[in-house]
Amino acid sequence: MKYPVSKHLNYSIITLSGEIDLNESPNVRKQILNIINNNNSLLIDLSNVEYIDSSGVASLVEGLQTSRTKKLNFALLGVSESALQVLQLARLDTVFTIYNSLEEVEQA
Amino acid sequence: MTDPHNESLIHVDNLVTHYADKKILNGINLDVKKGEIMVIMGGSGSGKSTLLRYMLGLNKPTSGCIKLLGQDITKMSANELHQMKKEIGVSFQGGALFGSMTVSENIQLPLTEHANLDINTMKIMSQMKLEVVNMAGFEDLMPSQLSGGMIKRAALARAIILDPKLLFFDEPSAGLDPVVSAELDELILRLRDAMGMTIVVVTHELESAFKIADRITILDRGDILMCGSVDEVRNSDNHRIYNLLHRKPRRDVVDVDEYLQRLTGKSLDSVPEKSNIHNPDNSRY
Repeated sequence: MKYPVSKHLNYSIITLSGEIDLNESPNVRKQILNIINNNNSLLIDLSNVEYIDSSGVASLVEGLQTSRTKKLNFALLGVSESALQVLQLARLDTVFTIYNSLEEVEQA
Repeated sequence: MTDPHNESLIHVDNLVTHYADKKILNGINLDVKKGEIMVIMGGSGSGKSTLLRYMLGLNKPTSGCIKLLGQDITKMSANELHQMKKEIGVSFQGGALFGSMTVSENIQLPLTEHANLDINTMKIMSQMKLEVVNMAGFEDLMPSQLSGGMIKRAALARAIILDPKLLFFDEPSAGLDPVVSAELDELILRLRDAMGMTIVVVTHELESAFKIADRITILDRGDILMCGSVDEVRNSDNHRIYNLLHRKPRRDVVDVDEYLQRLTGKSLDSVPEKSNIHNPDNSRY
C-alpha cells in the first residue's frame, strides 16, 4: 500500500492507516526511509492507524535515527492512546517528539 | 452486541488426558477472557503443568477440545499449529534459552522463524523488548552469564517479541528472590495493561498469584477445585483450598522406632534398648 504524502511547513507528512503489523511494517519502513533519504523532515500521521505492533514501532525508531543522522526533524502526530501505551512500555514516548495536532506543530 | 472484553480467547472444554494408563486431567473446563490474567495453581501432581502443555498444543489430549483465539488446536495440523504460534508467547520455567546464542539472538529467534523483516528492524525490536524487561545493555551476553532473574526476563522478552495476543508463563517466580519476583509480577501487569495481552500464569507462589490474578483456577489431582476471583479464593471455606493456601512445611508425627527401622533396616530386637544407646558401657549385652 502506498501511503499519501503531503507538505506542511518544512515537513513532509506521511499519513499511515489501518494495521501496521509484521506484514505491513516492511512497506512502511521503506516509504519512511525513502522520504528521509531525500532529505525531508518527516511528520508521521498515525491518527488513522488502528493498530501498530513492535515491528511498526521499530520502523519509526529507525526513521528517527536516520533523521537525526541527517540532522532532519522527525515527529509523530495523532498518536492514539493504545499506541502511546506501547511506546511507553519501552519508554519511547520520551524519545519521540509527539504532536497532537498540526496547530501544535506550527506553534513549536 | 458481544462485549469484546467478555470474549473468551482461551476455551478448554472437557479436557481429558492420560499419561500411559494414568488419567491426569479428568475433564477440565476453563475460559480465559480477553485481557484477563488467569493464574493456575495447585500442588505437585495437581495437573497444572500438564494443562499448560496441552493449552500450548504440545500434546494431543485423550478427549475434549482446546480453542485458542476461536480455533481448536487439538484438530490442527503441524503447519496450522506453527502458524498459530505467532499469536502465542511462552516463557518456560527454566527460560529455555539457547546456550550457544547471545541474549539478543535468542530474543530474535521467533522473528527469524515467523517474519521476514530487515535485520535493522529485528535488532531494534529486540532492543525494545530488552528495554521493556529492563535488560538493556545485556544483549551480547550468553545465557550462562545471566542470573536466574535475568534468564526469566530474557525469556519473557523472547516470548513477547511478536506482540502475541496470548502469553503463557510457567512459574515466573520459581527460584527468584522476592524483589526480582515482585518486579516480574509488575512486568506481567504492565504487559496486560499496555498491550492488552491475555495471560495465563502457572504458579505455586500464593503472594504472586494474589497480586496479578484477575481469576485463579485451583487444580487438585486433575480436577478443578475452584475457579474464582482473588477474594473468592481467599475467602473460600473449602478445606482443601484452605489447606493448599495455608500449607506449612511438612512436619509429620514420627514414630521414632519405625522410622529408625526404615532407615537402618534393623528391627529394635537386634539393637540395644533405647535407654542404653548412648551408654554402651552400661550395656547388658
